[in-house]
Amino acid sequence: MRQLTGKQHAAVRLVDIYRVFFEIGLLSFGGGLMSWIHREVVERRGWMTREEFLSGVALSQILPGVNSTNVSVFVGQRLRGAVGAAVALTGVLTGPFAGVVFAATIYQWLLGAPGFTSAVAGVAAAAIGMLLRFGIEAGRLAALRGPVAVLVMGVTFVAVGLLRWPMLPVVAVMAPLSVAACWPRGEGRDSPHA
Amino acid sequence: MRDNIYVDLIVFLAPLSLASVGGATGLYAPFQHEMVELRHWVTQREFVELFAVARLAPGPSSMLAPMIAFKAFGVLAALVAALALYLPSSAVVYAASLVWGRYRDKPWRKACEQGLAPVAAGLVLAGVLTLLRVVDGGPLAWITVAAVAALLTLRPRLHPLPLLAAGAAVFLLARAAGA
Repeated sequence: MRQLTGKQHAAVRLVDIYRVFFEIGLLSFGGGLMSWIHREVVERRGWMTREEFLSGVALSQILPGVNSTNVSVFVGQRLRGAVGAAVALTGVLTGPFAGVVFAATIYQWLLGAPGFTSAVAGVAAAAIGMLLRFGIEAGRLAALRGPVAVLVMGVTFVAVGLLRWPMLPVVAVMAPLSVAACWPRGEGRDSPHA
Repeated sequence: MRDNIYVDLIVFLAPLSLASVGGATGLYAPFQHEMVELRHWVTQREFVELFAVARLAPGPSSMLAPMIAFKAFGVLAALVAALALYLPSSAVVYAASLVWGRYRDKPWRKACEQGLAPVAAGLVLAGVLTLLRVVDGGPLAWITVAAVAALLTLRPRLHPLPLLAAGAAVFLLARAAGA
């Protein structure tokens, strides 16, 4: 039961980090990767708390780079420092790299295969479903924090998802507001209660 | 010094690594411009075909660049392309998570964590919508998405792989049924 503390757990083995991220990378079709990483790292293994993971998700989306590799680097770094980050990144990219090399080799044939595009669309839809469930779950937890969190979440979703405003300016406004709302009150800076 | 293909790949891709904020879709335009129009590494037709096939392969969609490098110059060029594309941005994330961990016990970090959570949730949900627009599946896609999400809510321990396979099966069946 080392779940939920996320503070002190025995060092996660590098080989486990590689194995988990290799599997995630190899099987990550269609872009629902974040939910999968969450499932493996938080739900199944308790390597970090959901909140810490979500802060990693937010950082990954703000910072340059692909979200999935960014989160892998974040998780790897949190677990085992520089080596952990390198191992997680290598792991998550091994499968996709082999995948595109393989696909580039046989792509002429693939394009001619009947039903190819349908199957790809179906896989993508299922992956989006996984992402939706993760989003709802993350939203439900964030909503427990009160009306401000719900508002922040709603505005972010509407601005980026519905209105299709560029993400970066939206986050540049919403993130500081949201963090300010959670800022510890008063001068008791050493007593971190929510 | 443009005769060395590896140098060329790094010079072209490393800046894109740091410029790619908010997903790889923004990279398709520079990929096409640099690799097809300026450098003629692949033809326009090959580019479009590789783009379609790259969506079948797992992983980030920016893997299209290493894929094109492989098609044009072989596996070593693909490796260089992947490193140039993912190392710079990863270094930035590494530095950020280092700072993140160092101030673990500070109240302000807790505030950041709690404050960023709803922003992240909003972005994830927005991403669902964006992806739904990209996937051309019509109502069937929406139904599949909702069904998978509902199924996972009821049975969180389900392995993702059968779900992905079921998605493909549903779409193939719909196609066979003459949709």
